[in-house]
Amino acid sequence: MAQNSTTLLTPAAWTAFGIAATVLVLVVPVLNLALPATSALHVPDYMIALMGKFLCYAMVALAIDLIWGFTGILSLGHGMFFALGGYAMGMYLMREIAGEGVYRSQLPDFMVFLDWKELPWYWHGFEHFWFAMLMVILAPGVFALVFGFFAFRSRIKGVYFSIITQAMTYAAMLLFFRNNTGFGGNNGLTDFKHILGFSLLESRTKVGLYAASALALAGTFLLCRFVTASKLGRVLTAIRDAESRVMFSGYDPLRYKLFVWTLSAVLCGIAGALYVPQVGIINPSEMHPGNSIEMAIWAAVGGRGTLVGPIIGAWLVNGAKSVFTVAFPDLWLYFLGAIFIATTLFLPDGVVGLGRLLSCRKKGRNRDRS
Amino acid sequence: MIRLTRILFALALVGLLRLPAPALAADAPEADDYAKAVAGLASDNRQDLLASLETLARLADPRAQAPLGALADRRLKSDGAGHAIIVSKDGATAVDAVTGENYTGPLGALSDPPVNNLVRQHISAVISSLALASPDPEQRLAAARELADRPVESARAGLKKALAAETDDRVKSLLEQTLAQIDLKSPDKAARLAAIKAIGDSGNSDFLPALRQVVDRQDKSDLLNADGDIAEAAARAVSSLERRDLAVRAARDFFFGASLGSVLLLAALGLAITFGLMGVINMAHGEMLMIGAYVAYVVQEFFSSHFPNFADWYLPAAIPLAFAVTAAVGMLLERTIIRHLYGRPLETLLATWGISLVLIQTVRLIFGAQNVEVRNPAFLSGGFELVRGLTLTYNRIGIIVFVIFVVALTWLLLNRTPLGLSIRAVTQARSTAAAMGIFTSKVDMWTFGLGSGIAGLGGVALTQVGNVGPELGQSYIVDSFMVVVLGGVGKLAGTIFGALGLGFINKYLEPFSGAVLGKIIVLVLVVVFIQKRPQGIFALKGRTAE
Repeated sequence: MAQNSTTLLTPAAWTAFGIAATVLVLVVPVLNLALPATSALHVPDYMIALMGKFLCYAMVALAIDLIWGFTGILSLGHGMFFALGGYAMGMYLMREIAGEGVYRSQLPDFMVFLDWKELPWYWHGFEHFWFAMLMVILAPGVFALVFGFFAFRSRIKGVYFSIITQAMTYAAMLLFFRNNTGFGGNNGLTDFKHILGFSLLESRTKVGLYAASALALAGTFLLCRFVTASKLGRVLTAIRDAESRVMFSGYDPLRYKLFVWTLSAVLCGIAGALYVPQVGIINPSEMHPGNSIEMAIWAAVGGRGTLVGPIIGAWLVNGAKSVFTVAFPDLWLYFLGAIFIATTLFLPDGVVGLGRLLSCRKKGRNRDRS
Repeated sequence: MIRLTRILFALALVGLLRLPAPALAADAPEADDYAKAVAGLASDNRQDLLASLETLARLADPRAQAPLGALADRRLKSDGAGHAIIVSKDGATAVDAVTGENYTGPLGALSDPPVNNLVRQHISAVISSLALASPDPEQRLAAARELADRPVESARAGLKKALAAETDDRVKSLLEQTLAQIDLKSPDKAARLAAIKAIGDSGNSDFLPALRQVVDRQDKSDLLNADGDIAEAAARAVSSLERRDLAVRAARDFFFGASLGSVLLLAALGLAITFGLMGVINMAHGEMLMIGAYVAYVVQEFFSSHFPNFADWYLPAAIPLAFAVTAAVGMLLERTIIRHLYGRPLETLLATWGISLVLIQTVRLIFGAQNVEVRNPAFLSGGFELVRGLTLTYNRIGIIVFVIFVVALTWLLLNRTPLGLSIRAVTQARSTAAAMGIFTSKVDMWTFGLGSGIAGLGGVALTQVGNVGPELGQSYIVDSFMVVVLGGVGKLAGTIFGALGLGFINKYLEPFSGAVLGKIIVLVLVVVFIQKRPQGIFALKGRTAE
């Protein structure tokens, strides 16, 4: 699995990380902004938007790797945390355009449409960016903490936990679908215009958001690496492999699980918050149970417990989705289904595991020859 | 059952004999009145027209149906000399409405009587009250319904007369209500009190708004509304109606809860068995429901194209076929995919999800993304009214009966057959069972087939109460997982209690919180519940530390 050294990264890994981060954070934006559209190296705007999305997905995959790959808990409800973060950001963006909506009202358009006279209490404060950012962390974090406490305390684990989290996101989806819940119902929150005064239509803002996502992903990766390489990470892996033994050795798995579960939810929420201004909409279908399962497969495709793998997996699966849904829309579900089946049957360690396997074989063959 | 029909038949016969025959027994002055009234229908004065209608309603002479029908169709015309002429439907010939003699004058010279909406309302009221004299109780019932929808003062006399002669209970109660509705506005205090009492006794909650209006004394122009007795009586009637309404609603929720619980049980039964045996949550289980439903659809199409005379028999034919098809699909999946994932339950979860995506897309490509129509066979459509306001539909009763049948069959299979013995043994202690010489992998395959087959049966049942589309299974998957979580695994009773419990809770919560909040509350309850009993309602007693 992952490197077992307790240092953050080996020098070689640092170099690779540095190159990847520079390309994503600096080179791609420069290629987009500085080069003319006719240049062969120019990165078009739609590519920026697409890659920005993928970066957010990669963060989600990392968060899932933390909880599933390292701790052995499969959550089928991470779509909800993603959406919670997204909704917090969406609420800020809605408040930001108060007075500029179709109805020129201080209230968001959908509230005018529902004939609401004043802002519900839980919308207060979202006009401040700092408050919204706080909520991006607190909303998924506190919810995960409470939910996780009750779930882990009664030692719900394995498929039971997966099912319960699936029910959780399903229930949240139903709740957000209601108009009366106050989050725009079916349509969700949309028609955003600017963020912190920058117009969302301008390509500079888009590139800025993209670069923020890339930075966030780099930060998340280092954080996850830090957590998993620490002693805490060792306990998590032990919980994954033999929870009872961890318990009998005097550790309380509840605290460790709760920590990593909450951390994972918060990372997901941040990813959602970065995702929303880039795609311009957040609605309850993000919480559909199917979405959350797809998130899990990103991590599985790349390789669980590797941190690098899930990032690759998220890009591979979503890249394939972008290509397939345009070229062969009828075949996409077949392909996705095949990914699910093939990964679980033949690639338990994902693409990264495959790479390792191949390089080991090569080495073995070379050794045989010499 | 047979005795009941016989009694009903006898009653209907008595009713036939007792019907008045006004045409034969009519004496001279009445016949005169009739002729005058029919002629008055062609009057060019609207007041005269209305008066004639009233007379016809009072006479209740069935002969008046032809001229009234013609009047409603704009085929009754005046010849200008006080005769009413009925023009035939093709407009070629005409006859005198009273004598029936052929009219020989030019058809173009006939003029139309001044029929407006008010007159039309009265015409249909009189036609209905005439139809009340029909010998066919169904026709009388239809007429009574028509009248109950539009209680017009002018129909009062006809109603009273019909009520006195009426023998059919359904028609009788309808007529009484219509009368009461008319009397509720009557200027006579006694009549109004009687009307309120009749409404209170009828138990028909449709009257609640009208009664509440009386209690609130909103209509200031009506002097009698100020009367204390009437308000008091109305209040009493309102509370009795409301009490009855509550009871009916509770009964209805019970029925719908039972039928929803049955649906959930059919969806979750197979899941619980496979989960209990193999520790494998089959995410493609919902798609087995979907395949079962589509088998029913295909069989229905086959029957209606090859044996149109036996089209209704598609359902009995679909039941074994759906079981066979889904069981085969389930066994195939077990052999090719799931077998390789034992001991890795989380991976199985993902793999079976992938399978479900493939199955959904396959069905979508074959049958299209739209819902397909599966008809209720004649013996499952409609329903009967147990008490007013509580209609039990045959398809839901059918599902409840079917689920009892399936559960009984499953119980027999698990407890009275060698396969069932092996299944139970492997469920309780896989390695011990293997050591005793049970081929656990074969048992796994058969169990998976059994679980999928039961889901297929559930799918056939679902076609009778809901839409059939490629996403059918997805909408039941979360609910059926909840049933398994709630009921625990390895025990049939747990699944039954879990499913029925969820069904009842859902239906009883719905009126208070709405369908969506109800569902959320249920999910929260399930999470809270497994805090107390992580193994479900009925846990298998074992020695595992997990």
